[in-house]
Amino acid sequence: MRRRVEGWEGLRLAGAVAAGTSAEFCAVALTATAAWLIARAGQHPPLSALALAIVGVRAFALFRGVLRYGERLVGHDAALRVLAGLRVRVYEALRRAADPAEETSPRTPRDADAVQRMVADVESVQDLLLRCLLPASVAWLTGLAAIAVTAVLLPAAGAVLAVGVVLAGGGLPALAALAARADARRAADARADLAVHALDLERGAADLAAFGATRRFTARAEAAAGRLARLERRAGVIEAAVAALGTAVQGATVLAVLWTARRSGADGVLVTVLTLTALASVDAVLPVAEAARRLSEIRPAALRVLDLLRAGGRPRPRRVFVPAPVLRPALDLRGVRVSYVRDGGGSVPALDGVDLCVPAGRKLAVVGASGAGKSTLLGVLTGEVRPAEGVVLLGDAPLGAYEPRDVRATVRGLAQDAHVFNASIRANVTLARPDATDVEAADAARRAGLLGWIETLPEGWDTLAGDARSSGGQRQRLLFARALLADPPVLVLDEPTEGLDLATADRLITDLLTDRRTVVLVTHRLAPLAAADEIVVLDRGRIVQRGTHRALTEVPGPYQDLWAAESRPGTVPAIPRE
Amino acid sequence: MAYLLFALAQSLLVVAQADLLSRVLAGGAPLLPLAAVLAGRAVLLAGQGGVFRWTAARRKEELRHRLLRAGGPAADVTLLGRGLDALDPFYAGYLPQRYAAAVIPLAVLIRLVAADWPSALVIAVTLPLIPVFGALVGWRTREATRRQWGLLHRLGGHFLDVVTGLPTLRAYGRDEAQTEVVRAMADGHRRATVRTLRIAFLSSFVLEVIGTLSVALVAVPAGLRLLDGSIGLRTALLVLLLAPEAYLPLRLLGTRFHAAAEGRAVLDQVAEVLAEPDAPRELVGAEERAGLAAERREPGDPRPPAVSERASAAKERAPAASKRRVARERRVARERTPAAGERALAAAERTSKAVEPAPAVSERRAARIEVTDLVVRYPGAGAPALDDLSLTVEPGERIALSGPSGAGKTTLLRAVLGFVVPESGRILVDGHDLAELDLTAWRRRVAYVPQRPHLFAGTVADNIRLGRPDAEDDAVRAAAEAAAAHAFITALPGGYDAPIGERGLGLSTGQRQRIAIARAYLMDAPIVVLDEPTARLDLAAEAAVADAAARLLDGRTGLLVAHRPALLSIADRVVHLSGREVCV
Repeated sequence: MRRRVEGWEGLRLAGAVAAGTSAEFCAVALTATAAWLIARAGQHPPLSALALAIVGVRAFALFRGVLRYGERLVGHDAALRVLAGLRVRVYEALRRAADPAEETSPRTPRDADAVQRMVADVESVQDLLLRCLLPASVAWLTGLAAIAVTAVLLPAAGAVLAVGVVLAGGGLPALAALAARADARRAADARADLAVHALDLERGAADLAAFGATRRFTARAEAAAGRLARLERRAGVIEAAVAALGTAVQGATVLAVLWTARRSGADGVLVTVLTLTALASVDAVLPVAEAARRLSEIRPAALRVLDLLRAGGRPRPRRVFVPAPVLRPALDLRGVRVSYVRDGGGSVPALDGVDLCVPAGRKLAVVGASGAGKSTLLGVLTGEVRPAEGVVLLGDAPLGAYEPRDVRATVRGLAQDAHVFNASIRANVTLARPDATDVEAADAARRAGLLGWIETLPEGWDTLAGDARSSGGQRQRLLFARALLADPPVLVLDEPTEGLDLATADRLITDLLTDRRTVVLVTHRLAPLAAADEIVVLDRGRIVQRGTHRALTEVPGPYQDLWAAESRPGTVPAIPRE
Repeated sequence: MAYLLFALAQSLLVVAQADLLSRVLAGGAPLLPLAAVLAGRAVLLAGQGGVFRWTAARRKEELRHRLLRAGGPAADVTLLGRGLDALDPFYAGYLPQRYAAAVIPLAVLIRLVAADWPSALVIAVTLPLIPVFGALVGWRTREATRRQWGLLHRLGGHFLDVVTGLPTLRAYGRDEAQTEVVRAMADGHRRATVRTLRIAFLSSFVLEVIGTLSVALVAVPAGLRLLDGSIGLRTALLVLLLAPEAYLPLRLLGTRFHAAAEGRAVLDQVAEVLAEPDAPRELVGAEERAGLAAERREPGDPRPPAVSERASAAKERAPAASKRRVARERRVARERTPAAGERALAAAERTSKAVEPAPAVSERRAARIEVTDLVVRYPGAGAPALDDLSLTVEPGERIALSGPSGAGKTTLLRAVLGFVVPESGRILVDGHDLAELDLTAWRRRVAYVPQRPHLFAGTVADNIRLGRPDAEDDAVRAAAEAAAAHAFITALPGGYDAPIGERGLGLSTGQRQRIAIARAYLMDAPIVVLDEPTARLDLAAEAAVADAAARLLDGRTGLLVAHRPALLSIADRVVHLSGREVCV
């Protein structure tokens, strides 16, 4: 991580270390000066002999607080600057790693939990600086300074103090880190175990209740909790032992310095000063043990961040791209095959030899069960998923010949993992075209059935999309409006009306299919598909049926079954409805 | 009590150490007693540190058990893990320090009054400044932090937001432009944070300055009085050594109070989760609820159907609609379990422990299920999920429910299983109100195949044995065969002993459905409730699951949600629930 800390941030961190060291040094000096003041006063010298020490005591007392305040502020500022820089780097690395034009395997975490973990990893760098490196550096520098001063006053005492400081600031922390690392692995296993069983209780609550198994599974989770608790108690005892060892080292050092000073014939004043200095300076290095324990906790996260930066930091090969595709491009898939590696091993074909032609202006609908390959097909069309076999032509050239950004500008729309940003509704809708006028944005919102809702909001377009008490339906409309405003030559939509009531959904889709642009639509609702030019039915990665809505409803087959299920009238009307 | 004893012992050793060290330094007394006291301090530190941390781990364990027993959303993985870890600084740091902060300064003062009362007076006067200033600055800080909180939260969350939305940004060609925004927001976050910290750190600054300046305030006069001979060297050294010890515990208390802030918040959260008497929560898995929310298509529902939102969702969940049911549920709980104080803990067990004699229900018999004027409304939802439904299932009859999503089909099944408590109307089982039946006994007569069955961490066989843990291997195998699952199970590495669930092999949706059907089969219940077992399946899997479901329903009373012809043909009667068309 040190390599990532550079320039001004490095200087600021050094400033924080300097302030912190000075503060700690003031604390030691306060003790030493006060000790000298008292011991010297015991010899009844003239008052003037003590004047400087009196000023020193007061000054050290005041400076200590001020410097400490400065250290904390500068340290936090520097750490946050490092964090800000790191966020930019990580973002860039993720951006590049996720680019399908890159040969590196996609490293962007897929599910929300993984993203959260990764962001937490990046954040932990702040702890690394503020709770490990900064306090450890301050402690060591203070210890070194104290050793130097002591050695000047009495070399033998300096040597003894050095042994104490090295033990407290080096040996103990190593011990603490070692114990923490060994325990951390076992505790991590126990934690993962508990998480799995808790998840079973949480997500499987209904299944458990239905099958009368709640108590049995609770006992299982409790056993896992018990194992974790035993490890935690053990770790607590070890932690306490390390802290006690620190105090023991401190006591021993004080005694040894006292004994050494006396034996070497130093006078009472010097003995007092040396003894109390030793007490204060070992005190200053004791926090290193806690820093080391923390370091062994944070290390894995920091290493993961480094890995991420390395993976994204690879230089990319320069490539020559074909110029951007023509105005109204056609898409042509020939023998496309895609397979995914499954968790349990082996690979599953997601697309298994798909031939598909989407001429300009065509309205194509894709239907099929979940896992049939619909979303993969859209991914292939937008260039997000590279086929293992077969070609995808955009216009006359294969997709890979264009610059990825040009492909995305041509073929895009509403993906299933579309994200609503924690920003204003306006910013969310105009994401693709930040320069869109209010009229254009309002038009897109109207077509997506969103405008009425926006107008009811007190802050209207400036409402934060996260704050606006938006439902799944409004979220979906927002995403739909965004896709419409983007207005790409080929509009690709994955379940755009999921979460909308049927009447609205059917109206939106019918509008869309009677438009002039090229549309590829994945849907499970068949009613509005009468307006589509062509429908393909996917099953297990293959196209099993294709044709118009009318033709497909007339022949026996999966589409007819689906249609029958959707349009079946109620045989017994159970609920009278308004 | 232990805390107080440790604090007393510690204060004795602190005073003894200062006393002996001052004697040694002033007059060359022997080192041995001092060494003994120093060793004693280390031993005491080991002992009390071990006890404090051990106690903290113990408390965490207790809370984990309570949360797990409450089940459902209370078994939140984050709360059980990182959440409860925040209790360590509270139990091992702040709580014991309260005793130390009360006892040690007092002991120091008593010793100093005996040795040199003017020094004791200075300390006695300045000592209260620490809590007073601490409270004053803390109060100012809280104000400032509160005002900044929203901004800090938003700026801090921006990075997560952008990284989560990276695929979207890329799809719209905005990913490059966002780099600058990431930088600007991170910078804004830093500036806002440092602004808040400037005030927040004032608190420890003030406390530290009071502490150190007071030492100077005591040490300098002590030196001067030593000079004019009004006190001896030993006393002056004792004053110097003891003065900082009076302030240290109070300063530590301040630090630990702040470090324990998160722990206090977690304790509140735990209390809230455990006390929440929301009746069906222990029965409705989060995943299921998310599915329901999506199905209900409620325009007024502010909760996104995201599982990760459930912690905050839990807090929002208490509107008027649910209050009535909650009140009723409370009443029932009070009648059944006299110890209402432990209501939260009993929640998970409540339904299975009907203390009140429930109407006799014969185990292996089908039943006449009468649903009359049933209204179900989910907490926080405006429109009811089921509005005034009446329906009768005769013993031996198989009824299929069809209709658009959002019509309340799943809700009806859940009501029949007792997972949701109706707002009004009744469900009668052979003439007895379901609300008064022993739900565990009732559920033993019903086999349930949910829409998204949960696979538990364990082997395939364990998962099939869910309702009958003692079932023979042969019975498990027979159930799997009937569910058309035997072939794919034997093809798994390990067969019936293959690990599945969270850390095990991933099974396809159709395979999961068939495991769930095998589960229901093994239970051999007279009544079967099936929730769209063929939804989202590919065509081959659909055929296999439909066949399996047909075998399961053969000769049993059935209530099933179905859309596809393959399943609808099994039913004796199809009931169509028309959806409420929700427009905004």
